[in-house]
Amino acid sequence: MSGARLLEIGHLSVALGGGAAVLRDVSLGVAAGEVHGLVGMSGAGKSMIGRAVLGILPPSARVIAGSIRLDGRELVGMTERARRAAGSTLALIPQDPLSALNPVHRIAAQMTDVMRLRARLSRAAALARAEALLAEVHIRDPAAVLRRYPHELSGGMRQRVLIATAFACAPRLIVADEPTTALDVTVQKQILRLIREMQHRHGTAILFITHDLGVVAKICATVTVLQHGAIVEQAPVADIVARPRHPYTRALFAATPRYDRPEALRPLAGELLA
Amino acid sequence: MLARRILLRLLQAVPTLIGVAVLVFVLVRVVPGDPVAMMIPPGASPDDVRRLHALYGLDRSIPAQFALWAEQAVTGNFGISITTRQSVTGLILGRLPATLELVALATLIAVVLGVALAVLGTRRAGRAGEVAVDAFAGFALAVPDFLWGLAFIVGFGVLLPLLPISGRADPTQAIAASSGFILIESLARLRFAAAGDVLAHMLMPATALALPLAAMIARVLKASLAEQMGQDYALLARVKGFSPLHVIVAEALRNAAIPTVSLTGVQVTFLVGGTVLIERIFSYPGIGNLAIDAVINRDLPLIQGLIITFAVLFILINLALDLSYAALDPRLRRG
Amino acid sequence: MLRNWRVLLGGGLLLALAIAAVFAPVLAPYDPLDQDLAAQLVPPDWQFFNAAAHALGTDSLGRDVLSRLIWGSRVALTVALVAGALTALAGTALGLAAGFFGGWLDALISRLVDVWSSFPPVLLSIILVALIGTGLWSVVVAIVVIDWTRFCRVVRAETLKQRGMDYVDAAVVAGLAPRAILWREVVPNVLPLVLVLLTLEMGIAVVVEAILSFVGLSISSDAPSWGGMIAEGRTIVHEAPWVLVGAMAVLLATVLGFNLLGDGLKAELDPVLR
Repeated sequence: MSGARLLEIGHLSVALGGGAAVLRDVSLGVAAGEVHGLVGMSGAGKSMIGRAVLGILPPSARVIAGSIRLDGRELVGMTERARRAAGSTLALIPQDPLSALNPVHRIAAQMTDVMRLRARLSRAAALARAEALLAEVHIRDPAAVLRRYPHELSGGMRQRVLIATAFACAPRLIVADEPTTALDVTVQKQILRLIREMQHRHGTAILFITHDLGVVAKICATVTVLQHGAIVEQAPVADIVARPRHPYTRALFAATPRYDRPEALRPLAGELLA
Repeated sequence: MLARRILLRLLQAVPTLIGVAVLVFVLVRVVPGDPVAMMIPPGASPDDVRRLHALYGLDRSIPAQFALWAEQAVTGNFGISITTRQSVTGLILGRLPATLELVALATLIAVVLGVALAVLGTRRAGRAGEVAVDAFAGFALAVPDFLWGLAFIVGFGVLLPLLPISGRADPTQAIAASSGFILIESLARLRFAAAGDVLAHMLMPATALALPLAAMIARVLKASLAEQMGQDYALLARVKGFSPLHVIVAEALRNAAIPTVSLTGVQVTFLVGGTVLIERIFSYPGIGNLAIDAVINRDLPLIQGLIITFAVLFILINLALDLSYAALDPRLRRG
Repeated sequence: MLRNWRVLLGGGLLLALAIAAVFAPVLAPYDPLDQDLAAQLVPPDWQFFNAAAHALGTDSLGRDVLSRLIWGSRVALTVALVAGALTALAGTALGLAAGFFGGWLDALISRLVDVWSSFPPVLLSIILVALIGTGLWSVVVAIVVIDWTRFCRVVRAETLKQRGMDYVDAAVVAGLAPRAILWREVVPNVLPLVLVLLTLEMGIAVVVEAILSFVGLSISSDAPSWGGMIAEGRTIVHEAPWVLVGAMAVLLATVLGFNLLGDGLKAELDPVLR
């Protein structure tokens, strides 16, 4: 492993309460400003990696071996309190924009709370920054949107709000957990373009979790392919697209819906064996 | 908008009230037994008994009696109590503030205690704290409020004489208040000694009334909180860097409160029903105690007036619950 | 089933109650109605081998508290058995009818259950007894009239579930008459649930009787009943707390006994029920 990368995961293994391993000996690195794709079918353990990095593993899961270093600082074994004290180097763009916004709070409250907590901004300064961020994600009339409740916004709008919030405190690394899966196909493309645009402007590294290799090809520089909690392939995205080595990766490509022909779902070799 | 909604709901309640009134009126009159029997002195002539019946309108047909009663009822006159010979309206209004204050305090205790237990159990999920909360809720639900009240009397009134076990206030304090709402009035007038005395009288009955509801709230709210804590917005709040307690209280609690209100709301009316017994146990001068006396003495006008009073209370509680949904959940607000 | 501590403890408490009720004439050291004006408010005096001592003291009329408690268990047990059984019978019959036959009957019964159970039970029972007159049998009637909904609601839901099961379909295909299906297929499957509810209901019945005795609406105050003793004990609580404490303790033990047994049975029968 080459050192000095922003995120460095080494030989990480995670098990559920019963002892079943959901991640086995996973190693990967993300350089500062890089977009790294994390691909696999559902249940492959890719979201578990994201949650381990963010420190929000489900109560039943625990790290049994390995390390997660962010900027050289070990995150495994760090208490939640120490993590909070460490500051806002991490952020999350969640999968479901409906359940990721609290239905009982206005957008303004949900965007400014993190700025007031992390950047110690005053209420007025946080509101001004939220308005600027909403403009940055191409929302018209940001001031009006800030006064709305989540149920008054469309799915695409909500995801824009969440993307703007993720960038609010200038994080070093953003975990994007299937950020387009819950959206319509047309909205998916817009959101993907928006994430790429924001990433370029802010130079933030992104760990991009998805089951869709087509999306990876569009946005990522490097990619890790995961099957049943273990890595099967890891390479620059251009290599993987051109010459997928592992049969599972090839099967994933075959399962990626293409817009030029009717969706043909073939069973994946690895899934059938499982 | 809100005023219109309240008005609409109150109008919808009118048929319910009329139904209750008719039902009670008929039931009370078809059952055997002479309601004025207790007032008849030994050796009274049949003529005297007839005059007594005429005095209370009992010599007329049931529909005629109802028409007479309803005509007076709409003007706020519910007749004369047979045993005390005072106006029913006056008797009830004199006792009502005591019961309302007791119900308000009990509900407050139940909500504060129930929410605190649910938050504690959620914060300590999977650990001894959660087990303790579950055990307490189970025990508080298994023991009826009747026994809680008696246990408090023995525990904090007799063995460890900390609190008064009867009445509502020290007689000297009660006289100093000009309205029936002694607690609220003494707080508003900054008479803290008087307020403290009333609170000391109310604490045990209110807590006994509150415990079953508190346990119910704790149980339902905790289950609901567990569900909310798994939602993405709660995870996101943790990623943002908020403490678990902050996520529970500031993010999940209001969402979890919505199903909790719908599942435990009806229990508030049960709490009001429970005042009948608790007031009896603590000799507390409210309408519940009055109701038991009325029932024992078969004081028909008073029983009718009290049932109507309870029905109105239940309708108002349901209205308040209904409005609280909109206050908790912005998705239910219109406009 | 006997290894479940709740079943054991609850069953043990209730067995003691049953023995006390059945053998009251043998077990009680005094006649419960005997007044001894020379021995009023005698405090508890526990002496072995001396039945003449008042083990739990005497009340304001010099009656032996222990003897009255033992005789009072007859009232409690009678109400528990009679009111519990009748309530179970009425509620189960209506629940079966609503769940099995459906249609307008189900609609009518379900609506009735909803309206009924929105009234506070304690208030309702006092009003009912006021209408039908005082006495033990009025108490039983009041309990049945108020609490049948507890059984009806659960049995209806369970019947609906059972009716959707394969073996009921099989019975229909085999040409069994509806009534035969009800008796042979549905009732045996609903019974364990009714048993659990019945246990809990008997506990409720004992409390309701005590409450109505306390208020003075059940049996006459001379006859030994726990509620009546609580009422008397409340008025002399400063002079003779043992009267109130004794009656409360046996009532609490009985209530907890029924609750523990019910919860234990529920846990034990769960595999049968699910």
